[in-house]
Parts: sequence; C-alpha cells; structure tokens
Amino acid sequence: MIYINVRKKLSGVIENMELEFKLNIKKGEFLAIIGESGSGKTTLLRIIAGLEKSEGEIIVDKEIWQNEKIFLPPQKREIGFVFQDFALFPNMNVLENLLYVKNDKDLANHLLKISGIENLKNRYPNTLSGGQKQRVALARALMRKPKILLLDEPFSALDEKRREDLQDRLYFFHKEFDLTTIMVSHSSSEVYKLADNLVELNYGKIKRYGNAKKLLINSKTSEKFTIRGKLIDIIKADIINIAVVSVGNNIIECVISQNEAKNLKIGDNVILSTKAFHPNIRVINENIIS
Amino acid sequence: MIDFTPFILSFKLAFIVTLILLFIGIPYAWYLSNTKSKIKPFLETITALPIVLPPSVLGFYLLVFLSPDSFLGGVVYKLFHLKLVFSFPGLVVASSIYSFPFMIQPIQSGFDTLNKNIIEASYLSGKSRLTTLFKVILPNIKSSLLTAIVITFAHTIGEFGVVLMVGGSIPGKTEVASVAIYDYVENLDYHSAHIYSAILLIISFLVLFFVYFINHNQRKRYDLY
Repeated sequence: MIYINVRKKLSGVIENMELEFKLNIKKGEFLAIIGESGSGKTTLLRIIAGLEKSEGEIIVDKEIWQNEKIFLPPQKREIGFVFQDFALFPNMNVLENLLYVKNDKDLANHLLKISGIENLKNRYPNTLSGGQKQRVALARALMRKPKILLLDEPFSALDEKRREDLQDRLYFFHKEFDLTTIMVSHSSSEVYKLADNLVELNYGKIKRYGNAKKLLINSKTSEKFTIRGKLIDIIKADIINIAVVSVGNNIIECVISQNEAKNLKIGDNVILSTKAFHPNIRVINENIIS
Repeated sequence: MIDFTPFILSFKLAFIVTLILLFIGIPYAWYLSNTKSKIKPFLETITALPIVLPPSVLGFYLLVFLSPDSFLGGVVYKLFHLKLVFSFPGLVVASSIYSFPFMIQPIQSGFDTLNKNIIEASYLSGKSRLTTLFKVILPNIKSSLLTAIVITFAHTIGEFGVVLMVGGSIPGKTEVASVAIYDYVENLDYHSAHIYSAILLIISFLVLFFVYFINHNQRKRYDLY
C-alpha cells in the first residue's frame, strides 16, 4: 500500500497554484495520471521520486519516505523512473547503463533479453532509435528491482507501431515484476489499455479519480459507440455538408446538415457517435503491419 | 647549443597552473552553471576580465598587490617566507589569475549543455553525488574538460606581459620561453629568437590540433552535444 498526501506551491500556468494530492494506491496497481499541461503531473512524479521537496507524507509499505521529520533522498527510495527523454548515460553502452544501477550481470542480461535488445548491449545510446532507447530506459529502471515504477509520458516520442509494442511490454513487466506503476500520459487509448485506475489533475487538484475504463468511456450519452476527434474541415457539397474529422492517424468524412454545420467550427474537439446503425467491422491486421 | 631552460620553466609553470585551475575550475564552473543568484553576472564578468584586460594592467596590479610591502604579499611572506614578485611562485599566482577564464569558460559551457536529467537518473539509480560527478557528469563533459585543460596549458605557455612584469625575466627562475624571445630580439640575437619562436609555433599548432582532433572524434562517438 502506498499512501501519498502531499502539497506544493507551483509556479505553473496560474500564479500561486498549489498542487494538492491525496491518494491510496494499492500494491500492484497500474495508475495513470492525466491532465492538461501545467496541471502538476510531472511535478507529482518528481515529488514521489524525491527529486523535489514538498509538504506532507509519502508512506510506502509502512516505510516512511517523507513526513515532517524524514525526507528520504532519491537514492534511498526504491524507485524506477523512466524520463520522457529517457536520460540514458551517453558515455556508457547499453549494458553499462544497466550495470551502473546495479552490478548484476545476470539480471542485466535477463532484462535485455526479455526486452528484446540483447543484440544492442554494446551500442552507445546515440546510435539507438527512440524505441530502442525507450526499452533500455525501461530495463535500466527495473535494475533496481523497484517497488514503484514511475513513467513520465514514456511513449510520447514514439510512432504508433512502436508505441503499441512497448505498451504490451510495459504491461508484461508490470505483472512480471509485481510492480506498482504510476504513469503520466496524454493518450486516452494508452490509459484505457494499461491502467487500472486513473487520476485526472486539474490546476494541481484531483478532478476525477476512479476505474480508468469506466471514466474514459463517456457515460453521459447512450451511444452504441463513440470516437473522439478534431474537426479539421467542413466541405460544402450541393445542399449537404461534409465534416472532415481527424481521429488518431485517420481522416473520417461525415455527412452533416446545414444546421449542424452552423454549430461547428474548424478546430473543435468533437465526438462521432452512432446509435441506429450497425457498424461494419473487418480485419485489417495483415495490411497495416508491414 | 640552445638553452632549453626557458622551455622547461614554461612547461613547469603551465603544468602547475593547469593543475591548480582544474581543481578550482570544476567546482567554480559548476556553481556558475547552476546558480540562480543575482551575483552571477558579476562573477562571470570578474572571470572573463583577464581576457580583455591588457596584460600590463593585470601585471601592474599584481605587482602592487603581491609585493611583500603590500598587505597580501606581506602576509604570504610572513607566513611562508615566500616572495610573490620576481619569483617562480609569483609567476604561478599571476598566471593562474591570467589563465582563469580559459579554464572556467569551456567547463561552464560543458555543464550548461549537459542534460540535467542524466544527473537525476544517476541519483535514482541509487548513486551518491560524488559517484555521479565522477561516473556521469565529468565523463559527459570530457571534451569540454579536455578543451579547458589544453587551452589553459597552451595559454599559460604563450603569455608574455604578465610574466614579464611580475616575474621580471630572471634567467633560470622566471625567464620563460616567451620572455626569452623578447630578450633575444632586444639583444639582436635573431638566430636564437628564430629557433625559440619556431619551437613555440609548432608546439602551439600541435596542441590545438590535438584538441580539435580529439573533440571531433569524441563527438562523433558519443554525440555529446
């Protein structure tokens, strides 16, 4: 069980914003933290890691990491941290990056093997692709056998295909190493796929908390399915209008009426939904993955 | 036969000065790179001053402040029986001040461009500040360190005005190579001046070439910047 109850003044988007975070996290839980930029997500991770000081308490498995009297430095907290830019040591090759954390060759080789990067162990970080760096960063974070794994938008620098592959891998590690994982994320599909619970921060305060899947599925309406997207164009064709919506990497066209078009403006975030029709579904696997 | 004493003096001086400045330079440059204090521009100005100041101005002030009649020079003389003008220790002090920016500025810019996340990643790997300094920070600014060391060394060998004023060109004691050339020319001994000048020119070229060559290869290998 991890108990976090911290406060810290932030100089964020708003002047004198205060981060206030109080939560119990179960052992083995996968928690996602979402929220606008500047809402305090990264700061919260840094506070848990001991990289930034804050008021309040952090108690992990009955061990006090911080309270009014005690403040364990990052060195003493059993934490694995994956930075957004991976922060690999440029002067060390892949294997040395892992061994620097703990001089345990068996563990390092095992981690490299199950990460699928055994063949890269003599390479230096600057010769690796984003996805490869990410795997090294994850493997390095696990070298300390951490109680808590913290990830700061770990997939934001990767393309779609790599992202999915690494999400699967992360989930595997989460289970395999019995980790409690806290991940800052911008992507709802990522959160939906990986997280048990979700916290949404808004100006430093918890806005929503609960089961990730339940919270992410829009519960206000009763559509059979919904897709979120961004309206990028409205094309007038004779008497009808076509709304062009970007969803992920796809562009969807959708017929709308004159009246509907009036209420929309380009750049709006929109939800596409349908009730009456039965959606068609077909397999596309072999074509998409090259 | 050429007398190599001035060269040996030059190298001895440069070696000692570089060593002293390296020890002062790393913590001082680290402080400058990380401080948010308002006195930072002031400290940076003081640090860079020897680059723009005429050597004669610096030499003059050092003569005034280091002489046994002055407060500072007097204290050193009483405590250690060390005269800081017209002596080799005096040259070391003067050269250390004169070459100071050449050590600080490259190291500071190395620290400035270092990805600070790797320092935190090292702490999160359970490593102390000292281990982080030697295993992560310094190796990743290696080319800056090398530049600082070699340029400081070369600059100390090449300096003239300050060593002439503070050292006084005493053969075997404070007459370094650059000053010796001046003395030869003054005595119309062009032959010796030619030889000394050519040697200094070649050394300077080789030293600079070494820095650029190594740095070029380093960057290619680690992509440090």
